[in-house]
Amino acid sequence: MLAEFDTPSDLVRAAQQARHDGWRRMDCYTPYPVEEAAEAIGFHRNKVPLVTLVGGLMGLAAMFSMETWVSVLAYPLNIAGRPTYSWPAFIVPAYEWTILFAGLSAAFGMLALNGLPTLYHPLFNAPNFRDGATTDKFFLCLEALDPKFDLVQTRAYLASFSPVSVVEVEY
Amino acid sequence: MATSDLKPKDPDLYRRIDPATGEYRVIAPGQTFKSVTEKIVRIVLTPDTPLGWFAIFSVAGAVATMLLVAVTWLFLKGTGIWAVTQPVAWGFAIINFVWWIGIGHAGTLISAILLLFKQGWRNSINRFAEAMTIFAVVCAGLFPLIHIGRPWLGYWLLPYPNSMNVWPQFRSPLLWDVFAVSTYATISVVFWYIGMVPDFGTMRDRAQSQIAQYFYGLLSLGWRGSVRHWMRYETASLLLAGLATPLVLSVHTVISFDFAVAILPGWHTTIFPPYFVAGAIYSGFAMVLTLAIPLRKFYHLEGLVTERHIDNMGKVMLATGFIVAYGYGMEVFMAWYSASHWEAFMMWNRMFGPMGWSYGVLVTCNLAIPLTTLWSRKLRTNIAFMFFISIVVNTGMWFERFVIVVTSLYRDFLPSSWGTYRATKWDYAIYVGTLGLFTALFLLFVRFLPMIPMSEIRMMLPGAKITPKAAAKAGD
Repeated sequence: MLAEFDTPSDLVRAAQQARHDGWRRMDCYTPYPVEEAAEAIGFHRNKVPLVTLVGGLMGLAAMFSMETWVSVLAYPLNIAGRPTYSWPAFIVPAYEWTILFAGLSAAFGMLALNGLPTLYHPLFNAPNFRDGATTDKFFLCLEALDPKFDLVQTRAYLASFSPVSVVEVEY
Repeated sequence: MATSDLKPKDPDLYRRIDPATGEYRVIAPGQTFKSVTEKIVRIVLTPDTPLGWFAIFSVAGAVATMLLVAVTWLFLKGTGIWAVTQPVAWGFAIINFVWWIGIGHAGTLISAILLLFKQGWRNSINRFAEAMTIFAVVCAGLFPLIHIGRPWLGYWLLPYPNSMNVWPQFRSPLLWDVFAVSTYATISVVFWYIGMVPDFGTMRDRAQSQIAQYFYGLLSLGWRGSVRHWMRYETASLLLAGLATPLVLSVHTVISFDFAVAILPGWHTTIFPPYFVAGAIYSGFAMVLTLAIPLRKFYHLEGLVTERHIDNMGKVMLATGFIVAYGYGMEVFMAWYSASHWEAFMMWNRMFGPMGWSYGVLVTCNLAIPLTTLWSRKLRTNIAFMFFISIVVNTGMWFERFVIVVTSLYRDFLPSSWGTYRATKWDYAIYVGTLGLFTALFLLFVRFLPMIPMSEIRMMLPGAKITPKAAAKAGD
């Protein structure tokens, strides 16, 4: 069940109330990040920083150990008598790969955690969703999976927030 | 102070100045979510491309074709068609490489560092600044590849198990460059693309034609604007910005190491890393202005890219210009203070030798013209003047690299091996050709991708404010 709002304030108000009334399987859809809406539906933390950290450490370890292996074991070169294990020089490529792996982990980790790419989603069938969700409208969706869901009551409940419209989306 | 207390002289100026800060407004008043979206989307999703676009594109395409011809001839004949020889063994290829990479840096600075500093004004210009970064890196990356003589063996730079049983030498800054530049290119593309995903969603939903819906639908990866997605997206953007910041500083630092580790007077200095990075940002902001000023005029984006942006970019150029000036000053000082005969001669020769004219161009274009005029706010918001300054600084920064590379090399320790450097027509063809390639790529970007990030502009509009009534309830 999808309610459409004109302003972010209305959306946040409705989302807070719904959460307060015990709704859990719900989501908000906005054309730009609305932090208050995420707070309102109880979404406080995400795992993107952790994924990034792990990725960065992997990049660091991979490059530094490769440099060490190449320079010390696989192909030791005597460059003006410098030690084969020249760790200060190895820092630079290892630093670059830390950033490379961390950045790719942040980007692809974010997409994976979001379940993207998903080119199809039931919400796209809602008559007004594609018209507004990515432009200037704010949506609150109470999902049928929530134990409190009831086709008639939920519609009335959402209507009590005086939204622009309430529509039912086939799941 | 209430807004009514202000008594503006010029009502038009008043409209454009934010009474709360006394600065020019970041976005002209009267814009709504819908108007911003329409304005940006319409540029891309229009069936009739402006005639001017075709005109400029055909010129840029012709110049880029010249690049193709020149590179083909280079691959057939070898680097002997260039002017590089002893003693100037590094010529246009490295000059252009450093120049282009430097230009790219302002894009990352705008998108990453200013995001971390919460500089809201960057939102209108960050997308095309990032695009500029990527296309500049494309042009830059071309030079190391084509200058190695046998570019089809370019993959030898990478560490991979091979039948020759050799591995790269990880203690060389030239190899560090491979990793720095390839990481920079990758992260820039990823940052740019991730930034565009929500806007592709908007394009998909606004597109009328089937092809456009399909195309932008694929690119948008099914973005639907869930706030959970938005929060992860915001975290990832901040992290990418946080990662791109040290990256951009490291890239030009590593490039400066290519010079600084040599024992050649004029290259062997510790001032190089900060001085290269500041110079990169200086020329990069100049290039952003060179692109932004015609764009806002041509596509009527004066409401989104305002005088505030031009003014602020002028300020950044002023600051980085002075860091560059400090770098020049320190080079001269160290030439004297080192008490090294070679250093002192190099500096004298750089200023007054047969190629001293290039040092004169550098001082005029990088110091004399911009650093005296950019103090004035009136000039900083004079669009025609800022366009002029941007061209001047880009020229000056190209000559800075010319001076560093050529005037350090052409008269080294042994007078019997002194020489000179005169670029050939192929040198010029390739350099001018990359300008054509850059312009052509940029025009394609402007035509097919959203050049201003819509979701970030929406966040800055007055409509995006959450009213206190809602906030008061947050405590329950």
